[in-house]
Amino acid sequence: MPTFLDFEQPIADLIDQLEQAKSIEEKSEVNVKTTIKELERKIRNTTKELYENLTPWQRVQVSRHPDRPYTLSYIEAITGGEFQELHGDRNVKDDKAMVGGFGAVDGETVMFIGQQKGINTKMRQYRNFGMPNPEGYRKALRLMKLAEKFNKPVVTFIDTPGAFPGLEAEERGQGEAIARNLLEMSQLQVPIICIVIGEGASGGALGIGVGDKVLMLENTWYSVISPESCSSILWRSWEQKELAASALKLTAKDMLANKLIDGIIKEPLGGAHANPLEIFERVKVEIQKHLGKLKEMDSEKRIERRIKKFSTMGHYETIETVHVPVEDTGSEV
Amino acid sequence: MGWFKRIKENIKTPTREKRETPEGLWYKCPKCKHVMSSEDHSANLWVCENCGYHERIGSYEYFSFLFDNREYVELASDLISGDPLKFRDTKNYVDRLEASRKKTGLKDAVRIATGLLNEQEVVIGAMDFSFIGGSMGSVVGEKLARGIDHSLKHNVPFISISKSGGARMMEAAFSLMQMAKTSAKLSMLAKAKIPYISILTDPTTGGITASFAMLGDLNIAEPGALIGFAGPRVVKETIGKDLPEGFQTSEFLLEHGFLDYIVARKELKSKLALSLKLFKH
Ligand SMILES: [Zn+2]
Repeated sequence: MPTFLDFEQPIADLIDQLEQAKSIEEKSEVNVKTTIKELERKIRNTTKELYENLTPWQRVQVSRHPDRPYTLSYIEAITGGEFQELHGDRNVKDDKAMVGGFGAVDGETVMFIGQQKGINTKMRQYRNFGMPNPEGYRKALRLMKLAEKFNKPVVTFIDTPGAFPGLEAEERGQGEAIARNLLEMSQLQVPIICIVIGEGASGGALGIGVGDKVLMLENTWYSVISPESCSSILWRSWEQKELAASALKLTAKDMLANKLIDGIIKEPLGGAHANPLEIFERVKVEIQKHLGKLKEMDSEKRIERRIKKFSTMGHYETIETVHVPVEDTGSEV
Repeated sequence: MGWFKRIKENIKTPTREKRETPEGLWYKCPKCKHVMSSEDHSANLWVCENCGYHERIGSYEYFSFLFDNREYVELASDLISGDPLKFRDTKNYVDRLEASRKKTGLKDAVRIATGLLNEQEVVIGAMDFSFIGGSMGSVVGEKLARGIDHSLKHNVPFISISKSGGARMMEAAFSLMQMAKTSAKLSMLAKAKIPYISILTDPTTGGITASFAMLGDLNIAEPGALIGFAGPRVVKETIGKDLPEGFQTSEFLLEHGFLDYIVARKELKSKLALSLKLFKH
C-alpha cells in the first residue's frame, strides 16, 4: 500500500475508486473498462496538476516521503550492484548515517558518499535518521582522500535532516569535522558532484556539499535550517512551518534562481518514489554528463573554478561613503 | 611596510562610532557581583578584576588593545546587507537590519582591519555579537573573504575573532553558503602557507564553529567561552537529560583536543605576538 501525503488525498480517493472498479470487474461480468480508463486518466491528470503546483512546504513533505529512495538505492542502481561499501573513519567508529565506497558506473570507478536514512522503524534507528556524527564526516573525508589518491571522481548524495546534535557529537567536534570537510573539499584534486536527493539541512548537508557541480532533485529542499526549526525560532511557534518554508526559498527552483546550485534534475510524475527506476536512470545520466566534462578539465583549473563559484555566493550592497580609514581613539572616555 | 605607512598618513579624521559597552560610572560583574569603576573595568580589558569573568566585547574593543597604538585601517567597511529573499517573519529583515544599525552604530556583524600587532603586520576580522547575535550573512562572509584576500595579496597572517550564534536565518541558504565561501578562501591561505589564527570567544556556535572558527592553524579561546556546534538547549533536548558541568566551555574543548590553548584577554596580544613570531622565524 503506498503512503499518501495529506495533499495527495484526491489521488488516494481516485485510486480507491479504481481498485473498486477493478474488483467489480473481477467478481461480475459487468464491463467497466471505460470507467477504469477514465479513472486512470483522472489519476494522471490530478497527479500532474498537484505536482506542478506544489507549495514549498509540500515539496518538503515529498522530500521526506517514507517511500522515497535513499542513497544506497541510488548507488545500487547506478552501479548495477558493482559497488563495494567501505566502512569506518579509522579513528572512532563506523557511522551508519553516512555510507560510501567505490562503485563502477559503466566501467568507470566513482567514489560514492552519502547520508543514509532507514527504510523502516528499526533501520531508521540504526541509521540515526540520517543524522551523521563527526565520525560520519571524517569517514566521508577519508573516502574522498582515498578517491583523490587514486584519481577517481567523487559523487555525494545529500539527504539529511541535519548533523546529529548529541552530547558525544559535541565532544568529538561536530563543528570541526564539518568545517574540515568544507576546506578539504575546496581543494580536492578530483571532480566532485553533489546531488541533493531528499533533505539538505544546514551544515550537516553542506559537510559533503562542496562540489564542482551541485544539483538538486526537483522535490528536495536545501537551506540553513528546517522550516519547523525556523518557525520555532523566528515565530516562536511550531505552527508557521508553511510560512517558514516559503520564506526560506528552499526549493530547487529558488536555489537555482539565487545561483546557489548548478542545476535541477526533474523527477518522475508523482515524485521520485512514484518511479524509482526512472529517477535512478536520470541521475545516472546527469552524473555521466557532468563527469565527462569535469574530467577533461585540468585539476588546478577545476579547483580554482570551484572556489570561485562558492566565493561569489552572497548578496550585499555597497554604501556610498567617503572612504576614510578609521583610527580608533580608544575606549576610555 | 610601505603600503601600510602610506595609508596611515592619509588618516585625517579619525571616526569614532558608538561603542558596544554601555557607559556608566560603575560596572557590576554579572557572575560574582563585584563592583568596580567602569574606568578600571575597561583598563582591565573588560575582565572582572575579582573573578576573571570575561565580559563580551566587540570589534572596537578588540582592535583598541590588539593593534599597536590603536592604529589600523578598516577594510571593506562599505558593505551592508541587502535583502535577497525579501525575508519576513514577525518583522521585515530590512527593518531588523535598520534597527540593528541604529542601535549599535555598526554596519554588520564583523569588522575587518589591518595594522601592526607588536610590529608584525596582520589582518584581523572581529565579530560583533551586538549586531543580530553576530550572525553570519552575506556581508560577514564577504568581508571575511576580502580580509583573507588581503592577507593573501600582502602575505600577512590572518586572525579571526569569533563571537556569534551562527547563521543568519533571514538570509537562509545565502547564509549557509558563507560557510563554504569562508572555508574555501581559507583553503587558499593554507595552500599559500600563510598562518591563520582563530580566536574563539563567548559565544561561538553553529555555522561559525562548523566553518572558519575551527579551521585555524591555531585555534585558541578566551576562558569560559561557550563553544559548540549545536546549542546547549538543543543538545539537552536531544539527550533528554541535564548537561554535564562545564559542557561546551573553552576548557571542555581544550580537554577534548579542539583548541591549542586558552588565553586570558590580558595576555591575548602577547601570546598572539609570540605565536606569530614562532611561525615566522
Ligand atoms: Zn566577577
